[in-house]
Amino acid sequence: MYAHAPSKEVALEEFELYALERMRVLKAIDDGLSRGKKPAEMELLITKEDKLLTRGSLHLEDEETRKDEVSHFALRLAYCRTEELRRWFLAQECALFRHRFRQLRGAQQAAFLQHNGLDYHPIDAKEFERVRADLHNTLNGMMRKDDANAALANGASGFYAVPFEEVSDLVRGRRVFMSGGKAYVPQDQLASLVVGAFRSRLSKALVVASRRWAQHVAGEEKERLAPVVLSLSKRYLGRDYGKAGGANGEGGGDVVTLKDLNGAAAKSFPLCAKNLFNMVKKEHHLRHEGRRQLQLYLKGIGLSLEEAMLFWKTEFCKKIPAEKFEKEYAYAVRHAYGKEGKRVDYTPHTCMKCISANPGPGEHHGCPYKTFGEESLRAALGGLQITGRQVNEIVDKAKGKHYQIACGMTFEAVHGGKSIEQGVQHPNQWFQESRKALGFGGKDENDAPTPGGEPVTPGTATARPARPSVPASA
Amino acid sequence: METDDKENTAKGANTYAEGDVHDLMKLYYARLFPARSMMKWLSYGNDGKHPQADAGFTQRREFCFTLDGDIFCRYQSFKDEKELRAALKDKTPSKIDLGPVFNVDPAKRMAYGAGGAGGDRVFAPVEREFVMDIDMTDYDDVRSCCSSANICNKCWPLMTIAVKIIDRALREDFGFKHLLWVYSGRRGIHVWVCDKRARSMSNEARAAVAEYFSVYKGTDASGTVKRVSLTTPLHPSLKRAYDDVLAPYWTDTILPNQGLLEDEKFFEPILAMIPDANIRDEFASQWKSGKKFATSACPDESVARWNKLVQKVDAANNPGKSGKQSSFEMKFAHAYPRLDVEVSKHMNHLLKAPFCVHPKTGRVCVPMDPAKAESFDPMTVPTVAQMLNELDAAGGAAGAEDEYELTSMKGAVDTFNATFWDALDKECKEELAVKARDVAGAPTVEW
Repeated sequence: MYAHAPSKEVALEEFELYALERMRVLKAIDDGLSRGKKPAEMELLITKEDKLLTRGSLHLEDEETRKDEVSHFALRLAYCRTEELRRWFLAQECALFRHRFRQLRGAQQAAFLQHNGLDYHPIDAKEFERVRADLHNTLNGMMRKDDANAALANGASGFYAVPFEEVSDLVRGRRVFMSGGKAYVPQDQLASLVVGAFRSRLSKALVVASRRWAQHVAGEEKERLAPVVLSLSKRYLGRDYGKAGGANGEGGGDVVTLKDLNGAAAKSFPLCAKNLFNMVKKEHHLRHEGRRQLQLYLKGIGLSLEEAMLFWKTEFCKKIPAEKFEKEYAYAVRHAYGKEGKRVDYTPHTCMKCISANPGPGEHHGCPYKTFGEESLRAALGGLQITGRQVNEIVDKAKGKHYQIACGMTFEAVHGGKSIEQGVQHPNQWFQESRKALGFGGKDENDAPTPGGEPVTPGTATARPARPSVPASA
Repeated sequence: METDDKENTAKGANTYAEGDVHDLMKLYYARLFPARSMMKWLSYGNDGKHPQADAGFTQRREFCFTLDGDIFCRYQSFKDEKELRAALKDKTPSKIDLGPVFNVDPAKRMAYGAGGAGGDRVFAPVEREFVMDIDMTDYDDVRSCCSSANICNKCWPLMTIAVKIIDRALREDFGFKHLLWVYSGRRGIHVWVCDKRARSMSNEARAAVAEYFSVYKGTDASGTVKRVSLTTPLHPSLKRAYDDVLAPYWTDTILPNQGLLEDEKFFEPILAMIPDANIRDEFASQWKSGKKFATSACPDESVARWNKLVQKVDAANNPGKSGKQSSFEMKFAHAYPRLDVEVSKHMNHLLKAPFCVHPKTGRVCVPMDPAKAESFDPMTVPTVAQMLNELDAAGGAAGAEDEYELTSMKGAVDTFNATFWDALDKECKEELAVKARDVAGAPTVEW
């Protein structure tokens, strides 16, 4: 479970190479999930990718263990620095871990549990008889009769007794039978349990790593490790949507100006941006988080600071006097473009960031597929000229919490079947793909390195201007 | 409660009158407050000279004093009984709260850099009893006798039910042994779960245990239909609570005491939980018309109405929800314990210490014996004034050691020891002995 970092020397080149290999695996997992692959397909995909890194199991030989550990710890360092990076890394690592744990056979699983100090025990026949009726009632209260009976049919070996603290989610909802401080968990939930333990350990470790990095390592390793680590962590987005029209911000990218903003909004905005845009138009006001999300998004699609200022001012001043706008809102617009305060050129919010937002009443930011109720989502989609059947499918996906997939389906529906190949990961990506699909801009050589493809080789990362937002250098 | 207070004063012969509790507090802390028992408990065996004892343990516990005028003094800490007594004498707090045990002495937290904004957070709670708070105000929608902070013998059984159910589940389901039940001095009850395992639970585990007991989920959007989260069949823990406590109390105590089915304000919400509209309307019109159901076999009107109702409801078979299920739901919604979960969720939450005096009622937060929950009567809990009078009557010399033994406080401390501390004390001592053995054997033992 990666409790200790490998203590032997690792060459810098090796460090980077291994890290990149692991990154490709994690990236593939992320792509697979955001493209809505089914669990079985995911298993295949991870098996394939993981083979390249190790031989795809927790049961590793020495050299593979080393490679696995080095790459894990290298990325841990790279992805510990911000909440968003940590969340991404944690999600992919957990998926990889779950896959590997499932590959183990019964005895290997037991050995793994013991080796990692996890206090989970299969119950014996006598104990099973004692609690059988209670297990029966608990299971039948939670699942269909057939499933419950199937679980019970496994007998004693089908259940693990686990300290209740480890399964607080099950305890909280009374979804598990409890006796004497132990929770009796059916075996098919064991994997989730172990992944839960893995997740919480890794999550804590990441926070610690982050603190250490900021306090010591970033300074001491400025010349050596820091550049490698920083360039590693920047790769997951694949693209930097902060620059107008694409990663390089030059040449053929499609730049939107104020006069085509309305048209662009109607045709090419994803639902989140469209919702915010319509709200500004309608209410001539937005709460802070919503302003922030839309400001950065508009910056991402190429609206210049001057035009952005004009846009916000025009809208807001239908309700408030100009002086009030200058006093209270203009600063934030300049701030978003890196012209005030820390002068950081902030990047537009990713889908992950939008999804993790929890807008309160009267707030409109976040991901509509998550925040809208079914009614409002239907209404919003209805305005997009999508067929009723498609709306139903999208709403179903959203209900199943597959927000990005729902969003991708909307894209297909409004672009006559064209899809975003690598899955929806960023509202600005949605916009650019939409422009491409609709035949704007034309030359799109910027899009060449698709996030799903080969990772960028180590050298090229420096070619991109480093964003001044790197907290570690502070 | 008010009338009870007046009765006490009416006797006239007593020196100390009920009423201004605050004036009596100085005497209470000086002569009655069982500081020794309290510090003994909070040290968990670390107060002795045992070589394995953690000498700084007690000092790292946060006390919070509430002074006159709602001034909070947080992060107080005391090494032992003597220091606590001195501070009580000096500050005479109207209320004492207990917080968690921190990693460093909370009174000196500034020295560890906790004051700096955004600094490295080295000042953090490390352990804390798992606590639960049940408050009668949360039952206002199912009490016809009193509301808000008032209680009487008619609604108190709701608390008895809570004690019985929670005590049993904490012991059997969660395996906890050391439970200290305390009357809060006014309208509720606290439980302090003091097992080592409970004390070291994460906030997440705390929330999970508290939610395990949460069945009543408030009302739906209309504000009348009560919602409960139950499964069919019932979870074993709820089934046990239902069979042993809820079902008998419902017809023997709750219905007759509260007359829930005789008052439209209370029977409307109950009927609203029945899925079959025909049954709802039928009974609503019968009950509103004032028709009597009571018979010589079943003299209580509410119980008679209930029996009639349940007969119909249980027989009805509605799509999705059986009739039996809705009669379960009605009982759980009205009488299953309702916790204030926020108190339980965080290690860092303060809770009023046992043996405090409630500033409004003057009653002492006395320990309760959960095995005899049904015979606990909050109206007979001693007040400060009463105990000081007892002390005078017994002719105790001021300042004498353990003079509280001459008063009703003795009973309270005895309950504390017999139902809680004696067993825990033994376990703490055994734990130290084991530690000592481990240390002695450590160099040779292979790990």
